[in-house]
Amino acid sequence: MQTSQAKARSASSSTTGLGSVGLVQPQHFRCDHPITLQCGKTLPHYELVYETYGQLNAARSNAVLVCHALSGHHHAAGYHREDERKPGWWDACIGPGKAIDTNRFFVVSVNNLGGCHGSTGPKSHNPDTGKPYGPDFPIVTVRDWVNSQYQLMQHLEIPSWAAVVGGSLGGMQVMQWAIDRPPLVRNAVVIAAAAKLSAQNIAFNEVARKAILSDPDFRDGHYYEHDTYPKVGLSLARMLGHITYLSDAGMREKFGRELRDGAISFDFDVEFQVESYLNYQGEAFSRSFDANTYLLMTRALDYFDPAEEYDHDLARALSQAQTRFLVLSFTTDWRFSPERSREIVEALLAARRQVTYAEIDCPQGHDSFLINVPRYTSLFRAYMNAIDLDGGPH
Amino acid sequence: MRQDLATIQQWIKTDASVLDLGCGDGALLAHLRDTRNVFGYGLEIDQDKILECIKRRVNVVEQNLDDGLENFEDDSFDVVIMTQALQAVHYPDRVIDDMLRVGKECIITFPNFGYWRCRVYLMTKGRMPVSKLLPYTWYNTPNIHLCTFKDFEALCYRKHLKILNRTVVDMHYRDGILLRLFPNLFGEVAIYHVTK
Repeated sequence: MQTSQAKARSASSSTTGLGSVGLVQPQHFRCDHPITLQCGKTLPHYELVYETYGQLNAARSNAVLVCHALSGHHHAAGYHREDERKPGWWDACIGPGKAIDTNRFFVVSVNNLGGCHGSTGPKSHNPDTGKPYGPDFPIVTVRDWVNSQYQLMQHLEIPSWAAVVGGSLGGMQVMQWAIDRPPLVRNAVVIAAAAKLSAQNIAFNEVARKAILSDPDFRDGHYYEHDTYPKVGLSLARMLGHITYLSDAGMREKFGRELRDGAISFDFDVEFQVESYLNYQGEAFSRSFDANTYLLMTRALDYFDPAEEYDHDLARALSQAQTRFLVLSFTTDWRFSPERSREIVEALLAARRQVTYAEIDCPQGHDSFLINVPRYTSLFRAYMNAIDLDGGPH
Repeated sequence: MRQDLATIQQWIKTDASVLDLGCGDGALLAHLRDTRNVFGYGLEIDQDKILECIKRRVNVVEQNLDDGLENFEDDSFDVVIMTQALQAVHYPDRVIDDMLRVGKECIITFPNFGYWRCRVYLMTKGRMPVSKLLPYTWYNTPNIHLCTFKDFEALCYRKHLKILNRTVVDMHYRDGILLRLFPNLFGEVAIYHVTK
């Protein structure tokens, strides 16, 4: 199965250019083991949609799990169609010769449980009602994601991950993997993340949720049945989120105070370029993302706090880990600032774990982790290339 | 490997834990890991050097020594090393205090400003010495706290430090009779092994 796909991909990558994994196809994994979620509810079975890039080696030692962030999904690299406008969300870092080199690694990228891109989530049919779950889909947590990703790992017969990598909410999954399943993770790459949300982070999430919940088209989450969706609420949530992904300097550089039509018009129409950009981003997002999933993902963020069950001692939580860590942050990221990454690093130092930390100076804010910032991708690539695929578990 | 690093490594025991301040490209930590099973971290702020550490699989943390070592607990390392960085920090005495707090032993190397060539340079040209070891001019040098061996010894005395070992070497890190007789005149690099 993988061989024929790899052939198709390598053939296509020569046409789409160097550094791309080329055409990729999502795959489906149906797990018939029931999963009991942290909230106490059980899903009798579920489906995960995922993509793979590169080839699994004979020793099965080169698998890398990519964990996605709030609005991410399984499509992390390459193209679904020749005419697709944009590649997968982490194409800057995944591909031949890139940070996660698909000539070397077998990359697994999965859409998380509760997602809206093919994995079981609020849009899926609830077997109890025959209707979509909608707001009744159970709240999922970062740990639930790790548990479901573990089932996929078993299905793919991967004995341990050469690395688990992710940015933002993805980085939180990496930490949870390292804490919950120490022997299965040989390297952990945590980028632009935090060990838990701050009150300010939660506050932003709450405003985003309020925007969705108060949209009349939300209909208490049952909008599918009414053939509508909370376009305004979800757009607002995304616009708000988007501001926190950029930096003041980055926005100034990109938009300044540029006007769309060159002159102010003394009304409340969209006038500044930054307004136009945000409105466009919000609207596009509202068409491609599911509001119930957005609510779930923000809650998973809010609840993430791996130190809680270790007397709120992050060092104790992370001392469970056996893996090496690479922690990266960006100077202009104010959503999860370098200080938040430093908390993780301090805990790892206190726990005497193997850790490397670097702060990348660049203007793109939180979104930097998605972008080919040379200093970032060169450190990331160097770390990945130094991973030993032949030796022992570490 | 740089000769001062070769000297240092013989003072470090197998399985020791080491913190290397201003670890550069990580060569020393990699060597100690591979030959003495040393567990360690390096602190560095130069991104190119951090990249070299990563290539060597050396644990490196981006941290400015001028911000102190507050994130490390008392006596949490067997040895804290600082090679050729003492002269570049804002408050060398505070860094030494911190090193002694965090490490059971400390190893410090620095260039000797009392070296005869420095003295001759200053005396004959009347300008700040520029040499292979100290290649910068006064206005762009990172070396803002240059001292002589005697100056450093005076500091050790004031801080009541115990000097376990001390070696001075010349530019080629050679030992010699002149060096031993007149270290402050003929030694170019000092290597001190101290404890509280």
